[in-house]
Amino acid sequence: MIQEKYAEEIKGILARYPTKKSAALPLMHLAQREYGYMSREAMQEVASILDLDPTHILSLTGFYTLYYEEPVGRYVLEVCNDLACALKGADEFVEMASEKLGIDVDETTADGLFTLKTVMCLAACDRAPMLQCNLAFHEHLDEAKFEALIAKLRAEAASGKMAPSVVEKIAAYARQS
Amino acid sequence: MAHILLRHRDVKNIHQLDVYRKHQGYEALQKVLGMEPAAVTSIVRDSGLRGRGGAGFPTGMKWGFIPKGAGEKYVVINSDESEMGTFKDRELLERNPHQVIEGALIAAYAIGAKQIYNYCRGEFMDAGYVFEQALRDCYANGLLGENILGSGFSCDFSMYFGAGAYICGEETALLNSLMGNLGQPWSKPPFPAVEGLYAKPTVVNNTETLANVPPIILNGADWYKQFGTDRSPGPKIVCLSGHVNKPGNYEINMGMTYRELIYSEEYGGGIPNGKAFKAMLPSGGSGPVVVDDALDAPMTYEGLTPFGSVMGSASVVIMDETVDMVWMAMKCVHFFHHESCGKCTPCREGTYWMEKLLKRIYKGQGTQEDLQTLRSVAGNIGGRTLCALGDFAINPVLSTFRHFPQEYEAKIKPAAAVNGQGKVKTAVSVAAD
Amino acid sequence: MSDDLVTLSIDGVEVSVPKGTLVVDAAKQIGNDIPVFCYHPKLEPVGMCRMCLVEIGLPVIDRGTGKPVLNADGTPQINFGRGLQTGCTVRVSPGMVVRTKTDPVEQARADVIEFLLTSHPLDCPICDKGGECPLQNLTMRHGRGNSRMVFADKLHMEKHVPLGDLIYLDRERCIQCARCVRFQDEVAGDPVIGFHNRGRHLEIATLSDPGFDSYWSGNTTDICPVGALTTADFRFGARPWELTPVATLSPHCPSGSNMTVSTRREAKAGGRSVIKRVMPRQHEAVNEIWISDKDRFVHHFAESAERLTQPLVRKNGKLVAASWTEALDVVAGKLQQAGTAVAGVSGDRLSNEDLFLFQELFRKGLKSNNIDLANGRLAGGDIVAQVGISSGSNLKELGKGDVVLVVASDLHEEVPVWWLRLKQAAERGAAIVTLNVRGTRLDKYAKHALCYAPGQAVATLRQLVNQSKVETGSQSDDPIAAAAATVGSASNLVAFYGAEGLTYDETESVAKLLANLLLLKNGGGHAGKKNNGLIPVWPHNNTQGAWDMGIHPSFGPGYKALPEAGLDAHAIYEGAASGTVKALYVLGADPIGDGLMDGRGKLEFLVVQEMFLTATAAAADVVLPAQSWAEREGTFTNAERRVQRYYPAITPVGDSRADWQILAQVGERVGLGKPALAASLVFRNVAKAVKQYKGMDYRSLAKYEKQWPDVGGDDLYYGGNAYENRSGLGQQWAATAESGKVGMFEVAETAVKSFSGLKLVRIAALYTPGTLISHSASLLGPRMAQPTLSLSAADARKAGVADGNRVEVTANGMTMTAMARVGDAPDGVALMSGVAYQPGTAVVQIRKLQEEKVA
Repeated sequence: MIQEKYAEEIKGILARYPTKKSAALPLMHLAQREYGYMSREAMQEVASILDLDPTHILSLTGFYTLYYEEPVGRYVLEVCNDLACALKGADEFVEMASEKLGIDVDETTADGLFTLKTVMCLAACDRAPMLQCNLAFHEHLDEAKFEALIAKLRAEAASGKMAPSVVEKIAAYARQS
Repeated sequence: MAHILLRHRDVKNIHQLDVYRKHQGYEALQKVLGMEPAAVTSIVRDSGLRGRGGAGFPTGMKWGFIPKGAGEKYVVINSDESEMGTFKDRELLERNPHQVIEGALIAAYAIGAKQIYNYCRGEFMDAGYVFEQALRDCYANGLLGENILGSGFSCDFSMYFGAGAYICGEETALLNSLMGNLGQPWSKPPFPAVEGLYAKPTVVNNTETLANVPPIILNGADWYKQFGTDRSPGPKIVCLSGHVNKPGNYEINMGMTYRELIYSEEYGGGIPNGKAFKAMLPSGGSGPVVVDDALDAPMTYEGLTPFGSVMGSASVVIMDETVDMVWMAMKCVHFFHHESCGKCTPCREGTYWMEKLLKRIYKGQGTQEDLQTLRSVAGNIGGRTLCALGDFAINPVLSTFRHFPQEYEAKIKPAAAVNGQGKVKTAVSVAAD
Repeated sequence: MSDDLVTLSIDGVEVSVPKGTLVVDAAKQIGNDIPVFCYHPKLEPVGMCRMCLVEIGLPVIDRGTGKPVLNADGTPQINFGRGLQTGCTVRVSPGMVVRTKTDPVEQARADVIEFLLTSHPLDCPICDKGGECPLQNLTMRHGRGNSRMVFADKLHMEKHVPLGDLIYLDRERCIQCARCVRFQDEVAGDPVIGFHNRGRHLEIATLSDPGFDSYWSGNTTDICPVGALTTADFRFGARPWELTPVATLSPHCPSGSNMTVSTRREAKAGGRSVIKRVMPRQHEAVNEIWISDKDRFVHHFAESAERLTQPLVRKNGKLVAASWTEALDVVAGKLQQAGTAVAGVSGDRLSNEDLFLFQELFRKGLKSNNIDLANGRLAGGDIVAQVGISSGSNLKELGKGDVVLVVASDLHEEVPVWWLRLKQAAERGAAIVTLNVRGTRLDKYAKHALCYAPGQAVATLRQLVNQSKVETGSQSDDPIAAAAATVGSASNLVAFYGAEGLTYDETESVAKLLANLLLLKNGGGHAGKKNNGLIPVWPHNNTQGAWDMGIHPSFGPGYKALPEAGLDAHAIYEGAASGTVKALYVLGADPIGDGLMDGRGKLEFLVVQEMFLTATAAAADVVLPAQSWAEREGTFTNAERRVQRYYPAITPVGDSRADWQILAQVGERVGLGKPALAASLVFRNVAKAVKQYKGMDYRSLAKYEKQWPDVGGDDLYYGGNAYENRSGLGQQWAATAESGKVGMFEVAETAVKSFSGLKLVRIAALYTPGTLISHSASLLGPRMAQPTLSLSAADARKAGVADGNRVEVTANGMTMTAMARVGDAPDGVALMSGVAYQPGTAVVQIRKLQEEKVA
C-alpha cells in the first residue's frame, strides 16, 4: 500500500497543489513504480487517497502512455522509431532488438525481465538510435551497445541489486522538499 | 561567439547554483525585484521576444494580458517538449536549469504570481531530476519560497511530470493535465490569461522563451534586438537532426539561412556520404515539408511563409535523396494518429482514416480513389479542429502532395489490378430505414 | 432596449437575446436549428463534435475612434476572418453576424457527418435509437448519401458492454460526444463513467462498484445522441415509432416528477397495451428533464404477475374470487352495520380523486370522521398550507444570496431530484444549510452542515431560529450562530423538512419553527414571496393531496376544521385491537405488513383495496383489486403543491378498477347517489370542496407552454418525442401567506431529552423494499438496499462489531438482523437503512451473530 509506505512523499506531493486532483499523475507515477503497472487495485488506491472515483484514474491510465495497464517486464525498453530516429535506422534497430530478445514489440521476455516497446519522439533525435530503459536515456546505440546494455541489466537483475529508477529519485526528492 | 542560451557550453557546471551566480546568475532577478512589475513586462515587450515553443507569440504581450491587481495567478513553464525532432528544452533543463528558473521567477514577479509549475514531459524524469536539484538549491539559498532575496516577493516553484501525451504541449491541454484531468485542450475562450490553471489567470511560456528573459533584463531590450532580425529578434536554439553530419542543438541568431545551418562546418557539416538534399521538415512533424528552393530562406518566424511553411520550434529534420516521401508522410501521420486526444471529431476520425489510407498506399495497395480521398480528408480536417493538432496532422500529407505528387502516383496500383479483384468496396451507403 | 440584451443577425434575421447567450441558443430562439451533437443546453459547452461550425463575423472597429468601420453603402464592415467557429462555444456580441447556410458551413456539416460515420456501424435497422436518433436525423439532413470509408478500414469495437446491470454500452455506436460523462460529472455529481484510452480509441468505461453506480444513470441514455447507451429495460424492446407516448407522473415521489411512458400493444401480452419504457418529460419547475433510476425502472410493478385481478371475498375462512357486485354489496353492508364503529385508513400514493371520494364515503356516507393516513410520518400539512413555498416558485431560480435549509432529511435518498436541484442551486451560489442527526450527501454542497444529538432536533432548530432573529453581522465560531447569520441574511429562503429520526410530534414542532423563521419580519418576511417557503419531504407522491383532501381526523377537504374530530390512525389501530372499531376500510396501505397493526385484532370486518395481496389484504374479509396508476387517470399534488394530471397508459390488469370508481360504487351503495362516470367529474367536485383548488379543472391542468431549453419533439437535440410536455404543466395553489396574514405558531417548549447510550435512527435509502419496488425487482433487485447498520468506529469497538459482521439489532421490542458497516455514523448513533420507516429514535441493543463475515 503506497499510502503507508510513502506517507511522507504523498504528503509532500499533495502540499504542492491547491486541489487533490492535481496530485493524480504524480501519485500514479508512484503507484506504478511500486506495483510495476497500474493494476485495478493501484487505481482504487490512488483514487481513495485523492477522494476521486476510481473511474477517473482508469481514464488517466488509458490516456497517458507512460502508465501501463498490463504487467510489464522489470526493464521496459522504449525505442523511439519516430521519423527523425527512423532516418538514422531506428526501425532496423527495433528489428535487431526484437531478434536479440526473442520477443515482438509490446511483448515481455519469458523471464519477465524485458518488455520491448516503440514510442514516439523522446527528444534525443541527434543521438539516434536511442531508447529509454525505465525512463533513463541510452543514446547513440548500435547492436554492440545494445547487447552490452542487455548484458549489464541481466547481471544487475541476477545480483538482486537494482540501480534506483528515476521515479525513485523523484520520490526521494519529494521526501526532502 | 558566446552563447546566450546554451551557456553551459561555455561555462562548466553552470547547472550548479554557485557557478551560475558567479556568472551573473540571478542578477536579473535582483534587478527586477526593485522595479515596478509593469516595467519588467515593458522591457520584455520592447525586446521583441517571441514564444520559442513554435507559435512565436510576443511574450511581453502575453504577460500584459494578465489582469492587474491581487488574486491568484500562475506561471507555468511548458517543458512538454514532444514535437518530433525537438530536443532543445531537454538540454536547457538538464544543463542550464537556473537560467530557466530565473526567467520564470521574473515572469512571476512581472504578473504577480506566487506559484510556478514546470510541466515537464514524464519521459524527462531524468532531466527533471537535475532541475529539481536546482530548485532545491534555490530554496536553500533564499531564491525561492518566502521573501526572495529579502525583497518581500514570495514565490513557490514545483515540477510536474506529465505521463506521455504530445497534446499536453498545447497550453490548455497542459493546464488540464496539470489539474489532474485528461490532457485534452479546451475550446478558447476562455484564454489562460483570463481563466487558466485552477481557473486563475495564467501565463504559459516555453522553457527556451524563459531562458531568454534574464539576459534581456540584464542587458536591455536594445542589446537583445541586435541579434536576429527586426521582426524575429534574438537568438534561437535550432534542433538539427536527420541526414546531417553533425546533428544537435545550435544557438543561432535568427536570420541565418537554412543552407548555412545544414552545410556550414560550424553547424550541420553537410549531408553524410555525399548524398543530395531532398527535403526538410523545418518544424518537426507539424510544419509543412519544404524542398531545396527554401534553403536560402532565413530562419525567422516569417522566413518560410513564401514556401508555405513555418520555422515553428526550429526542429529541422533533414532528408537526403533516398527518403521515400510517402513513407515520411506515413510516419508523421502515424504520430498524429497516435497522439490525437480524441476530443474533436475531425482530428480523431481523420488521423485514423489518413493513416489507414497512407498505409495502404505505401504498401502499393492503394487506388486512385484512395489518393483523392486522402487529399480530401486532409482538407476536411484543416481549419475545423478544436486545437492546432488537426492542422499539424495534415501538413505532412498536403505538403508532400504538393512537392512530390509523383511519389504517390508511383505507388498506385495499376487500374487493371484493381479491376482484377473487382471494384474496390466502399462503405455501405447511408440509407434511410 | 435593455442593456442585458444583445442584438445580432443570424442569416439576415435580427434577434435580441440575453448577454452571454451562445450562438446556437440564439439561433434556436428564431427557429434556426444549428445542428449539434456534443452540445446540450443543460451542460457546459465543450465544442468537441464540430457539427455546429458556422461563419461568425464581427463588426470592424476603428481603433482610433472606437466606432464601427462602414462600407461604402453605409453598412458596418464585418470581419469573418477567424474562419468557421463552433456556435456552441461562442457567445453573442453586439452587431455579430452569423451565417449558417453558406457553402463552407454546409460542407463542414457534411464532412463532420462523414467523419462521425467512418467508424459508426450504421446498424440502424437493429438499433434502439433508430427512428429517434440525432445522428440518423442529422445524417439525413446534412450528410452525403454515401461514405468514402472503405468498409474494411472501419474500427470494430465491443457491442454489448454492460456498464453495470442497468445500462448497456455499444462502443461502436459511440461518437465520443461525452454528453454522458459530462452529465454524470456536472449534473449528477457522480463521475462514475469516463473516457478510457485516447484518440480514435476513446471508449466509455466505469470502475465503480457496482458498475455505473449512480441514481441518475438512465438519463445518459436519453441524452446520448446515438444508440450507444441503452437501458437494460428498453434494449431491443421495441422500435421507437411503434410506441405511444403517454404523459404520467412519478408513482412514488413527492417531487411530482413528470414522466412519459412509452407503450405498445403486444401479442405476447394478449393484445394488451404495455409499458416499454419510462422517460422524463420536461417540466422546468419540477424535474427539468431528469428522473432518477427508481422513477425510470420501478414501473414493472404495474405489470407484475402478482397483481390482484378480481375481487376476493372470504368464505369459510378462505379468500375466494367473487363478482364485483357481490364484493361491493358485502362491503357496503358490513360498513353500514358497524355504525359509528367504522374507520378508514389510506395510503398516500392514491390520486386526489380517490382520496376525496374516500373521505366522502366516510364523512357523508358513513357519517364518521374516523379517517386518517395509515402511516403518517410527517406532520404539518396545515402549516404548509399557510407558509408553503409560494406559487410560481422554481428551485432553478435560487442562486447567490439565497438560502436553503434542509432539516432531518436525506434528500439524495428520499427525493433525489430535489437533491439534484439543490446541488445546482449551491453551484449557482445559493447557501445550503443542513441540520440532521448525521451527515448526508448534500453536506458536500452545504455552506453549513449541522449535526445534532438524537432527540435534540427541535432544540437545535429553535436555537437556530432564535439566533436568526438577531442580526449579528459578524462571523461566529459557533456553528449554529454562523448558520443563523447565513439564514438571517437570505434574499430568498426555502426550508425543507423531513422525518428522519423524528417522532410525528417532533416533525410538527419542526414545521412550526420553520414557519416562524419564514414569517420573521426582520428576516425579510419570506413567507408568501416567490421562491420562498416551506417544502415538506413527504414520504410519497400524493401525501400533499391526502392532506388537501382531508384524509385527517380533525379537518376536511381544504383544511376545513371539523366540529368533532374522529379517531386518528393510532387510535383506529388500538380500537381494532380492543374491539371498539368494528369495521376497517384500508385503502392502498398495509398497516399489518408495516407493523402498525398486530393482525386484524377484534375487527368484525376488514376490507382492503389494493393492487397486491399484502399482509393486510391476506387478513381481510374482502379484497378489492385496484388499478395501478398506469391504467387510469387522475391527479397528484406534489410537495410544492402543484396539482398535476397523469393519464391512462396501459390496458387494465384483469378485472381491476380504478380506486375512485370502486369508492364511488361503494358510496352509491351507502346512499351517496349515482357515481361519477369520469375522474374529471370527480375532480370538479374536488375543486368545489377544496377552496385552494378553486378554478382548476382537467383542462386547466393540461395547459402547457413552450419551455426553455427547447428539447423534445422533432428538434435536433433529441429525436424522440418523450421529453415533450404537451399534456400539462399543472397548477400550483397559493399558500395563505401569499394573500393573507399568517400569525406566528406557538411551539411548546420541549425538554431536551437526556441522551445516554447508543440510539437507533432509521435512515432512508432510495431502493428500500416497499410495495412498488419489491414488485419491480427484476431490474432493481440487485441494487435493493439490504438491512444495514452503520456505526461509528468507537461504537463498533464498544459493541465488538467489525465491518461486514452480521448483527442482531433489537430496538422498540423488535429484532432484526443486519450487516454492520463501520465508519459512517456519528458517535452514539446507530443508523439503520434498508428497512421500513420507523419514527423517532430508540435505545438499541446490538449483538454480533456468530456467522461468517459477509463479503
